[in-house]
Amino acid sequence: MYRSMFPRDLFAEFDRLQREIQQAFDNVPNIRGAGAGSFPALNVGRTPQSLELYAFVPGMDPKSIEVNLERGVLTIAGERQADLPPREERTSVHINERFAGRFRRVISLPDDDVNPDGVTAQYRDGVLQISIKRRSAPQARRINVQ
Amino acid sequence: MNANNSVTNRSQENPSAEAALLPPVDVFEDASGITLFADLPGVTKDSLNLQLESDSLTIEGEMRLPTPEGMESSHAEVRLPRYRRVFSLSRELDSEQAVAEFRNGVLKLRIPKAQHAQPRKIEISVD
Repeated sequence: MYRSMFPRDLFAEFDRLQREIQQAFDNVPNIRGAGAGSFPALNVGRTPQSLELYAFVPGMDPKSIEVNLERGVLTIAGERQADLPPREERTSVHINERFAGRFRRVISLPDDDVNPDGVTAQYRDGVLQISIKRRSAPQARRINVQ
Repeated sequence: MNANNSVTNRSQENPSAEAALLPPVDVFEDASGITLFADLPGVTKDSLNLQLESDSLTIEGEMRLPTPEGMESSHAEVRLPRYRRVFSLSRELDSEQAVAEFRNGVLKLRIPKAQHAQPRKIEISVD
């Protein structure tokens, strides 16, 4: 783990500070912490038909990302390889901010609304998009007029 | 080793720039040049903008995420749809010879050092 002695980026430091303060006043902090517990970043959206989940996890082989849905608990896990050059090549590492190593994120979805047979996952441009059909999706039924 | 998606507003340098996320980077230097990796998930090849001047490097990208119509956000950890980061380059880097690859949201940029700046071992003679 490489850390420089001086702050690399004032804005990044302020943002980290703000995030930490915000977390102190937020809900009960995640047991997995703010650092490794928050890679990859997640965005969740919903439409009447589905829940859409976006995991920002660039540089992965999609076959190696593990996605599991069990009783409404969605788990995204995997390992991201570091792009560090081999040690013997006399290379200096100036900046090392990108996450590398094993990650795991767990999201609770409303169990009664999730349709586990209607889950698709697609990896594109470094974002894993998981689409989950909702049980409560309004089903349009065509009514035949006699 | 932080996943550093921080927000920065560069309005003092470029008044027309909108707020953007700072993509996390890894930067290495060896004898012949500098290698940079940047995480820009959600950015496509078409929406990536790399500007290399003789003394600066600007990395910009707009996210293009397929979003179903009428989607409402329930939980957003990534709150801006664009990345931007600027670096100053020292003069021995030959930005005209730079080579870039972009795959799965990861940018790999290689900037070699100018020929005259490559290290030459100086022989030390001892009388």
